Order: sequence, then structure tokens, then C-alpha cells
Amino acid sequence: MDTFILLTVTGLALGALYFLIASGLSLIYGLMGVLNFAHGAFLTVGSYAAWWSSVKLQGTIGSIGLRFAVSVVIGLAVGAGVAALVELVLIRPLYLRHIEQVLVTVGLSFALVALVQAYWGPDLHTIDVPSWLNGTTGLGGAHVPNYNFVEILVAAGVLAGLLAFLRFTRYGLIIRAGVENRAMVTALGIDVKKAFTLVFAIGGVAAALAGVLAGIHFSEIDPTQGTSLLIFAFIVVVIGGLGSIVGSAVAAVVVGLVQQYVNYKSTGIGDLSVVLLLAITLLIRPGGLFGKWSPTH
Amino acid sequence: MTSALLDVQDLHVYLGQSHVLQGVSFSVPEGGVTAVLGRNGVGKTTTMRALMGLVQPRGRATLGDADLTKLPTHEIVRLGVGYVPEDREVFSQLTVEENLRLAVRNGSARYDLVYELFPELRERGGQRAGTLSGGQQQMVAIARALLNENRLLLVDEPTKGLAPLLVAEVAEVLGKASETETILLVEQNLGVVARLARDAIVLDQGRVVYSGPAKDLLADQQRVRTLLGVA
Amino acid sequence: MEPDALRRHARLLLPIVVFGVLALVPQISVGTHGVFSSPLDSPGTLQLLGLMLCFGGIALSYDLLFGYTGLLSFGHALYVAVGVYLTAVATAKWGWGLAPTLLLTAVVGLVLPLILGAVSLRVSGIAFAMVTLAFAEAGSTLAQKNPRGWTGSEEGVSVNYDHLPSWMVGVFNTKYLYWIALGYLVAVFLIVNWAVDSSPGRVWQAIRENEQRVQVLGMRPFTHKLSAFVLASFLATGGGVVYVLLITRADPSVTTPSFTLALLLMVVIGGAGTRWGPVLGAALYTFLDHRLPDWSNSGFINDLPDALSKPLSQPLFVLGVLFILLVYFLPGGLVGLARLGPRRGGLETLEQAVEIGGTHGDVVEEEEVEARL
Repeated sequence: MDTFILLTVTGLALGALYFLIASGLSLIYGLMGVLNFAHGAFLTVGSYAAWWSSVKLQGTIGSIGLRFAVSVVIGLAVGAGVAALVELVLIRPLYLRHIEQVLVTVGLSFALVALVQAYWGPDLHTIDVPSWLNGTTGLGGAHVPNYNFVEILVAAGVLAGLLAFLRFTRYGLIIRAGVENRAMVTALGIDVKKAFTLVFAIGGVAAALAGVLAGIHFSEIDPTQGTSLLIFAFIVVVIGGLGSIVGSAVAAVVVGLVQQYVNYKSTGIGDLSVVLLLAITLLIRPGGLFGKWSPTH
Repeated sequence: MTSALLDVQDLHVYLGQSHVLQGVSFSVPEGGVTAVLGRNGVGKTTTMRALMGLVQPRGRATLGDADLTKLPTHEIVRLGVGYVPEDREVFSQLTVEENLRLAVRNGSARYDLVYELFPELRERGGQRAGTLSGGQQQMVAIARALLNENRLLLVDEPTKGLAPLLVAEVAEVLGKASETETILLVEQNLGVVARLARDAIVLDQGRVVYSGPAKDLLADQQRVRTLLGVA
Repeated sequence: MEPDALRRHARLLLPIVVFGVLALVPQISVGTHGVFSSPLDSPGTLQLLGLMLCFGGIALSYDLLFGYTGLLSFGHALYVAVGVYLTAVATAKWGWGLAPTLLLTAVVGLVLPLILGAVSLRVSGIAFAMVTLAFAEAGSTLAQKNPRGWTGSEEGVSVNYDHLPSWMVGVFNTKYLYWIALGYLVAVFLIVNWAVDSSPGRVWQAIRENEQRVQVLGMRPFTHKLSAFVLASFLATGGGVVYVLLITRADPSVTTPSFTLALLLMVVIGGAGTRWGPVLGAALYTFLDHRLPDWSNSGFINDLPDALSKPLSQPLFVLGVLFILLVYFLPGGLVGLARLGPRRGGLETLEQAVEIGGTHGDVVEEEEVEARL
């Protein structure tokens, strides 16, 4: 029983990581029609910014908790900044040329990761975290590392925040409408391109958050972490439905749990099961669980 | 002599390989309704979309000082151009109220006017627009255009697929609106055209083949048959 | 001679000249002034050249899917991996000789894409891309899982030369492997060129342009897409065999999405949908990937300030930036510069091909040109 609890919590935590990455991907694709392959790079850039700030701040800020918090904020800011910059400089000029936009994100994914590797090497680093994060809490007989709970809580918070943003703010309204019919939004006099930058920035923050949490979850950050997590995030987005936040959340939970449970029985088969899930979903419901059939732009 | 509000000169539009608009020129006088007529596929909707910047036109289309062909869509709209597209295109995932709210261009939205014209929309404010009937969606589409004061209102086949009762309602609403706004109306329903339009433009194969008073055109049965197909 | 006839003659002559020169390379003993690490006919250089040629062929096979038929696959690496792993495992773990290994690889190389392609092509556009990615990911997991100790997980498995012809073995026989790689490239080049000019090939290009129209004309896009898929994958599997013979060992890096994306980079950098584009792109990519780190340790890159020299010594940074610049300024790829060979398509026409959603070959009609910036 305690193994089951441990697997469930870690599965949910893994799902939480996937959701954080997937939410940005889903919004970006839903609104802009861009498959952002550079999203993994945003994750990497964010996690490295957080780690590096943590290192640089050693000595100036005594309390490790505060230092960690500040580093995370810096990491998020860098993630948002890089993402917004990428959208403004590289993506926006290719408006409506979806293939070229995707290709640019592919090239960017190579270039950004290589850049990180150039300056900080291919080896892994560890982010300095308050010790309680790595401690465990007893839950029904299982000893669950605390960072799992943090990941789940953060993801839940982001989910709630995103839904509230979409529901209650003007930009949220614009984005929801734009996911459905971008052209009509412009036909109402709204410059939808501002929403693009915003959506990229949101994605950047969420990805950076995922990067920091992944760094804690796997006890290390390295230049390729973003890319490997990105694949599963893509699968989550497609299963959940491109453009649907709720879909990503549901799919993330399913994928995380399936992966954990099955991998426990037989290493690696969990990953295969997720792939099978994707294939089945696409064959039965190509739009994903919650997705629009084909987002009109 | 009323001055031209919109002056279109030599508009060309290519969609893929096809040369859809082959030098469309006309002017829309200020005030009242100008109807755009023609058989299916002659380029009426494309003309509207070109004016809105939703397709790439070549030529000139001046609204006052501005050349619409050089502006992006949202800026065209901000000049005071309202748009009711052919397939309504309301946002089905948003509520009626949200559909309207999205359309508000600046502070002063004419909710009173809109709810007076379409009381049903006030009642159904919280309803998802995707669950509305075709006629109700048409109301939303028109309402959100009328929410703002427009210098020019582009309306594309608003009565398409509606029951006769609803057609009359739409015609009445547009008639009221035309008292304060200039309307360019694409319409196949000649009854509506007769009722609302002062001037008419007929398109054929991507060109303007008639431009003049609507009354004169409709009185000429022969012409109506040739240019518009079955009268 | 008028330009048309001149061009036709050039089309025929150019491959003959190029491949002829390439065939002679192992016989030319000349220094390379640092372009390569050793003289032209040395094993080290020949191996790198062989790799460049091998990837030229694999990139051409990818272009068949992407540049000609308009199918964006993120899982092409899987079929290369099939060639790589089957060869290594058959020789190393099962003790097979060359002929049975090649036979098995050929059969799998035909049957696997037939099955997987039939499944993947039920959807199109982004969904298709995701399914191909997923299948490749499955292959990657399988390789890492090391079933029965065959695939060797992270370290992979080395080719066992005991039962292979002796001229394949040993450093001094690298030139034979070079010629095999060249032979592979020539074969792929000829097959791809013949295929795209053939009548199914024209249908592939028509599918890329406007799938709906093809369907309306009574041709079945699905069978044509599947045939393109199977052919491209089969050629890639062949490339996998050549690849593993050149580098002597199979490891999971060949199964990753990054590997497929590298192919995409090669094709686009060189020029999608052209005869020579993918070959050029593959050669450049492979070359920089191997030589740039060496160059950065010595020579002018080293003399640059750290902020510049560090990124420039990373091949993927240079290639990534080059790729982005090309997408922006030269979507026709490098061949667009020299206008080598006829342009049959390119990125603009691909816009119509890779749609969003759709099943059973249906295509959501791309909207007309929309709002300007």
C-alpha cells in the first residue's frame, strides 16, 4: 500500500511537471498555431538562471530559503523575458507562416541548448535548496519526498491562476476567443499580436518553473533536461487537446500516473504505454480529449 | 450631393491561383444603405474581406484620409469600421455577454441601443454562444457590430439561412441602424434590398457591372435576371 | 546552345562529375590544410567523408517525405535505428554473417514502415508528426531497455566483424567503407530522382500542393503517401546499415527525436525539395558537427574572446543559428544561393501541406491570405 501511495504521489508530481510545460505549449499552439520546439529551451534557460543566481547570491543572502526564493524569481523572470524576446524578434515577423515558425523554434532549440552548454558545460549542476524540500513526509506508511507535494501544489496553483486569468481578464478573453478564431478577433479591432507575446511570456514562466522544479525532482539540472521532458509534454498536449488548459491538466495526470505505475512494474514500459496512449487517442479522437477539431485562425 | 465615404479604386485580389477581384471600383456615399449584389462566387464576400484587410488586396480603398489597403485589420476597425461576417463567426466557447464585451472598442459602448434592438440577448447573457440558434447567433453578430459607433458598417449576407420572420427582424434592425450609420450590405434577398438600399452595386466575375440607385436596378426585370440569376 | 538544353545537359552531367570525383577521393593523397585533421586519403578523413555521404543519403530519404510529399515526420530516426541496431545485434549477438543480416534488415525495413505508416497516416498534419514522434520514442525506449541484453541500453552494442567480409574490417580498409557510403548515396540519389519524376512521384508532389484536389481527381492520397513513407523509411534503414558500419557501434543516440530534427535541419539548410539540397545540408552539418570542436581548440576561434569562442565551438549553436538565418533569408536553402538544379517546391508550398488536424487524408482547406502585419 505504501508503494502505491508513493507511486501515486510521484506520478502526480511528474504530471505536475508535464502540465507546467504543456500549459504554455497548449496556449501557444491554440492561439498562434505555432508548435514551439524551443519550449524545452525556455525550461533549460530558466533553470540555469535560477541555479546561477543561487550560486552568485551565495554570501550576500544568508538564509538559504530566501536565496532560493530570489533565485527562483530570477529564473522565472529570465524565462519570461527570453520567451517574450523570442516571440517579438523571431516568431512575429513570420506571422502566418506556420512551417517557418516551427522550423525557427527547432533551430532555436538547438542553438539555445548549445549556448547553455557552451557557457556552463555539459555536466550537471545542483540547485541549492532548503533542506526540507528534500526531506520526506509520512503519508499512509509511505515516505514521500516533500518536493513532490510542492510540485503538485505549484501546478495546481498555476492551473487555477491560468483559468482565472482566462476567465476574468480582458487578455484572457482575447486569448480564449483567439484560440477559436483569430481572424475574427482582429476583425473586432483588437491587435491580437500583443496577446501572442503575452502567451509566449506566460509559457516561458511556466516552463522556467518546471525547470526549477525538475532540477529539484531529479536532483540535477543539465542542458538536455528540457528536451527530454519536452517530448512528454508534447504528448500530454496532444492527448489533452491542443489549445485546452484543462485538457493538458487531465492528460498530464493520466500520463504521469501511467508512466509511474507501469515503469515500476517494468522499467521503460511505462514510457511505451504513454506512447501507446497517444497513438490510441489520435486514432480515436485526433483533436485530443478536450481539443477543438481544428482551430480556425 | 452626398460625398463618398468610401472610395474603392481598382481593387485586385488573388486567392491562390485565382484572380477573384479583377479591378473593382465603386464608391459608397455617406449615409444610408448601399447594397452589393451578384450571383454566387462573383467576389462579393471577397470584396468585404479585402476592405477589412482579411485578404491581401491591391489597389486603393480610401475611407476619409486613410487607405484601407495599407492597414492591418485591427487598425481598419479602429477607424470606425464595423463588420458582420458572412458566417456570423461568433465565438461559440464564449457567452453572449462575453461576445459582446469583446467587441467593445473604446469606453463608450452602446449597450442600451443593442439591448433595445435585441432584448433577447440581455436575457441570454450567460449562455454559451455555441448553443444559440442560427438566428440568435446572427443577432449577436449584428449586436456586437452595433455596439460601437461606426463610420461604415460592412454586413455580409445577414439573412442567409434565416426564417422569414427573422429576415424581417434583421431588416428592421439594419434599417434602424442605417439612420445613423452608413452600411455596405451584401445581400441576395432582393426584398431586403428593396426595403433598405438606396444605392446598389452589382458584381460579375470580379468586376462592377452596375452602380446606381437600387430602385432603378430592381425595376429593370431583364437586368435583374441577367445579372443576378433567377430574380 | 539554348539555356534549356544547356540545363538538361548540366542535369545529366553534374551528378556524373560529382560522383566520379568523389569516387576518386581515396586515391588522392593530399593535405587538407586543417579542413580535415589529416590528409584526404587517410582513414580518419575518409571516415568523416563517408559519414557526410551517408547522411547525404539519409537526408535525401527524409526529403522524400518532407520536401516532396509534404509529410512532416518527427520519427524518421526510428528507421535509421532499425538499420543500425539490426546490423549490430545480428552480427554481435546472433553471430550472423553479412548476407542474412542484410536480408533481415531489408525485410524489416519494408514491413515495419508499412505497418507503422498505415497507422500514422490515418491522421495528417501535426497529429501525424506527433504519432511518428511517439513511435520513434517507443523505439528509443526499446533500445534502452536492452531486451535480452541485445541492444545494450546506454552503451549500445558494437558490430562484430568476425563473420563479415574481411575488407570491411580494420582501419586501413576504411576506403572500402567510404565507397560503400558513396554507393549508398548514389543509389538513394538515383532512386529518389527517379521516384519523384515518375508518375507516383508526381502524385506525391500534387499531394503536397493540394491533397483535396488529388482526392477529387480520384487518386487515393493514402496509398500514395504510404508508398512514399515506405520508400523513404526503407532508404533510411539502408542508411542506418552504412552508418553503423562506419562508426562500428550502435547506440541510442540514433533513436532520439534530436536525430530526426538534425535531419530536418540538414534538409532545410541545404534546400528542401531539391536534388542536391539535402546532400549539401547533410555534408555541412556532419562536417561542422565533427570539425568545429577541433577547430575551436586551435585556430582563430580560440583567439576570440570567451563570450564568442564558447558558443562558436558548439556545432549545434552554429548550425542552429545558420538554420534560423536560412529560414528567414533563404528559405530555399543553400542551393537557393547557387541555384543548383530545378526547384521543385520548397517551404512556401509546404504551408499548404502540413495542416492542422484532419483524418483519413482529409485536408482542412488553408484559409486565404490573412491580415497583414
